[in-house]
Amino acid sequence: MLNFEMSEHEQFGEDLALYALNALDGEDRAKLERHLASCADCRGELEALRGDGALLALSTMGPKPPARSRQRLLNAVAAEANVIPASRMRQSQEIGGPVRSWWGWGGWAAAAAAIVLAVLFWQENTALKQSLTAMSDRSSQTARELDDLRRMAAPILSPEAQRITVVAVKTPPQPQGKAFYLRNRSSLVFVANNMPALPPHKAYELWLVPAAGAPIAAGVFKPDAHGSGTIVNPPLPPGVEAKAFAITVEDEAGVPHATSPIIMMGAGE
Amino acid sequence: MKSGDQSALAELYDRYSSVVYAVALRVLGDTMAAEDVLQEVFLQLWRNPAGFDASRGSLGAWLAVITRNRAIDALRKRKPETDIEDVVVSVVPDLAGDADRSRAATKVRGVLGAMPSAQRNALEMAYFQGLTHSEIASQTGEPLGTIKTRIRAGLTALRKAFQT
Repeated sequence: MLNFEMSEHEQFGEDLALYALNALDGEDRAKLERHLASCADCRGELEALRGDGALLALSTMGPKPPARSRQRLLNAVAAEANVIPASRMRQSQEIGGPVRSWWGWGGWAAAAAAIVLAVLFWQENTALKQSLTAMSDRSSQTARELDDLRRMAAPILSPEAQRITVVAVKTPPQPQGKAFYLRNRSSLVFVANNMPALPPHKAYELWLVPAAGAPIAAGVFKPDAHGSGTIVNPPLPPGVEAKAFAITVEDEAGVPHATSPIIMMGAGE
Repeated sequence: MKSGDQSALAELYDRYSSVVYAVALRVLGDTMAAEDVLQEVFLQLWRNPAGFDASRGSLGAWLAVITRNRAIDALRKRKPETDIEDVVVSVVPDLAGDADRSRAATKVRGVLGAMPSAQRNALEMAYFQGLTHSEIASQTGEPLGTIKTRIRAGLTALRKAFQT
């Protein structure tokens, strides 16, 4: 490492030590921050000083945390992983900063990945069940609206529906997607969460991978500000058995044949 | 914890929670508040593990620094000053294991004990009470320049002790 004492930055040496401990304030701090913006040597020394300070922290001895803390943390984490109401998702994203910038969309391996269902989807599921029940109770409900709802809900609620789970094993927040597919009705509902934003004029395209033959286009979606997207009942040829579902990035209008590598994939459970 | 797996987080918790809690408690002196900081630090790690770059240092050291900063902010009732991604700590021996930490703690206490008491006090006031150099100067009645020199010398002494 650079012999810091002998360098021209000696004048900043003491201020750096204070700054490393967040103990520098006022004009000295402003001056140092201006200098740090353009001085890699000083930034390096700052890191080293923070490490020295960390020794003070690391060597702090004390009682172990209460046993309940561990479960409290795991409960909180499980709650975040499974149920992310829009407002809390916004909050966690504000804290974490722009979390999708690290995930260059061009750099994916085409390995098969397992995908987990977003519980947001399960909330929708519950809400759908409840609205179906409520609607059949209401005498004023029109038959057509009921029918539309039933058609949409069928792949989710039907025990015959094929449920495909997929998980991308990358740094969280993980892209997640779940497809509910009713083959005999060609009915498909797909929900995705934590999908990274895309360049303009691009969209995620879903593909139904049949047991034989080429993947079939199954709709496109662009993630919203929270990375969520859905596809509901895209036109599909009847009765196709789905071996798997896959996602690629394509032009926003969708393409009949995939032009880019698979970025997410999942097979039936 | 690049996979975001909950069991990986549990493992990290088992490894580092005692450091994090100890630092938080040392700063805050209150078990409930320390527990809250402990939760906050690990939740932040869960939400954004990309904030820690493993090539730049040890996770234990990084967690200790983050914890200390968060605890000081809580102590002084400020909004968190340091973005969790901004803290990069150079390679420091990873002191996660209890035995390693115990050895390091002994060493650091030795270094602190050997220091002039004014130097030790200045370091502890800055580190564990989160006081700025002007606050330390006004509390101790010492000139600003003296405080700066003491703190710098204190950190240098610590660094030298772990370089051998």
